[in-house]
Amino acid sequence: MKPWRNPGLWLVLALTVAISVWPALASNKAYTREVSFTILKAVALASSLNILLGYTGYVSFGHIVFYGMGGYVGFYLLDVHNAPLYVAVLAGGLASGLIAFLLGRAILRLRGAYFALATIGINEAARAFIKNFDLFGGPIGMSLNFNVYKSYGGPNQALWIAFISMAALTLVITVVSFLVKTSRFGLGLMAIRENEDAAEVMGVVAPSSKTWAYVLSAIFPGMVGVLFFFKNGNIEPPDAFNLHQSIETIVMVMLGGYGTVLGPVLGSAIYQRLRGLLLVSPLFKNIQLAVAGVLLLIIILFMPAGVVGWLRSRFGALRRVLE
Amino acid sequence: MTGQAQTPILQIQAVSKHFGGLQALSNVTFDLPEGQILGLIGPNGAGKTTLFNCINGIYPPEQGHVIFRGRDITGWKPYRVARTGLARTHQIVQPLNELTVLQNVIAGASFGHEHHPLSQAREIADQVLTFVGLAERRDALAAKLNVAQKKRLELARALAARPYLLLLDEVLAGLNPTEIAEMVDVVRAIRDQGVTILIIEHVMHALMNVSDRVIVLDYGEQIAEGSPDEVANDPKVIEAYLGDPKLAQQMMLAE
Ligand SMILES: Nc1ncnc2c1ncn2[C@@H]1O[C@H](COP(=O)(O)OP(=O)(O)O)[C@@H](O)[C@H]1O
Ligand SMILES: [Mg+2]
Repeated sequence: MKPWRNPGLWLVLALTVAISVWPALASNKAYTREVSFTILKAVALASSLNILLGYTGYVSFGHIVFYGMGGYVGFYLLDVHNAPLYVAVLAGGLASGLIAFLLGRAILRLRGAYFALATIGINEAARAFIKNFDLFGGPIGMSLNFNVYKSYGGPNQALWIAFISMAALTLVITVVSFLVKTSRFGLGLMAIRENEDAAEVMGVVAPSSKTWAYVLSAIFPGMVGVLFFFKNGNIEPPDAFNLHQSIETIVMVMLGGYGTVLGPVLGSAIYQRLRGLLLVSPLFKNIQLAVAGVLLLIIILFMPAGVVGWLRSRFGALRRVLE
Repeated sequence: MTGQAQTPILQIQAVSKHFGGLQALSNVTFDLPEGQILGLIGPNGAGKTTLFNCINGIYPPEQGHVIFRGRDITGWKPYRVARTGLARTHQIVQPLNELTVLQNVIAGASFGHEHHPLSQAREIADQVLTFVGLAERRDALAAKLNVAQKKRLELARALAARPYLLLLDEVLAGLNPTEIAEMVDVVRAIRDQGVTILIIEHVMHALMNVSDRVIVLDYGEQIAEGSPDEVANDPKVIEAYLGDPKLAQQMMLAE
């Protein structure tokens, strides 16, 4: 089936576009833009992680390392070399992809919990390294010179540019996620997820398939990192390599439904709305990670296939629409 | 060299493999001519599955060579072996549980020997599913199949690769007599399409009617080889099975 003939693709795109145009229609545009940016960023991170976690079945706990690394590389280019935003974004994605390629060869031999632990170790090691890396500002990090925003028509204009870029990038990621899922490459990944040994016997070249899945799932977080820290104006090791954010991304994938294209989009939207509500409550503000943990437990126990998986099994007719 | 027999499709040359102190295969040597069905029998733990694993690269043999279509494939990774046109089924079925039956078989067609793009793989998968009698279950998740259906799926996935050589590991085990008869028909039909078959069975009588030739393994040793009749009457073979009176009896019944 041609991809554009698949209603599943259109549903995912419609949802992503709806989140993106919402600020243009809202009365408080600046505020809504920030909320929408946060959701889009979550969608982008979750959909990227889903290529590895959902399609390939490898749980990467420290996936945020690619967001941090890409963010740092892009930020450095923006700050020190006055690079245009798009160059910084591409460089950030490239850097993360390259790191994943080099790491992947080594750690993708590990399976299950060993792989998950290794990814946490890598994130912590990256944070420690950057803390001592003077070129990137060491423990203090870097701050953008205000003049950088001038070339984008001032800080306010720059915020809109960051937002629109984020929306476009998220759209690209959801399309890529769909194309991967419906391709031969994606079928190979899912075969690996279901039974790696059997997949190899069938002819799936697991080592290289896994590596490319890992690279793909790392490139986009790298680009997202650049956009976020450009908007943020400064970058520091704790923000770039925040394990909490990594775990929240896993929760969003699981909540929506791992291994589906729509799942991470829906899961991110639901989780971010929930988080927004909890953050205003003083009671929940300090325990939001605990809430995420409990939520993850509930999903795994009662809805292991997530919202999309549940809908698919409950309403057979929806299968054609929910990819 | 005209007039000589054609090179066998598979040559097993002095293959040995041990696990710790256990000699699972010692010096196994045989040729498999193209177009034949070769039965491999032997009591439980004789090393039959281990031999398959050495052939398709699950692990390399410690000694000896595996020559497939004139090429030494000893120690190649399973995915590389698969691409040369050798497919296998597993004694313990290995369905891709959360994928549909159709997706399982498409994967077999698109990653195996002929490496088809998805659209063509889908056509092949449809044909193969009809051939093994699983067509009406094509949209079910593989996890939902019963044992007999899972065995068929295992076979369909291997067949979809359109291999030159098919290794079948106890595809008849756990089936009832009707299912066995159906499966035996399927195996014969595969051979009639020109595929060479090496088939493992734990008990002998099931293989008597399909095999052109039979090899008997016992404790990793090749104790007999010949036509099904010759092997069934070989005292060494009967002795090997004597530890298991029930099996010995089944062998006699098969005559
Ligand atoms: N991976 C392994 N590690 C250790 N021992 C094994 C392994 N695989 C098989 N064996 C042993 O090797 C012997 C042959 O096993 P196998 O080839 O499965 O026998 P068969 O298929 O003829 O029943 C058995 O004693 C079995 O326990
Ligand atoms: Mg066996």
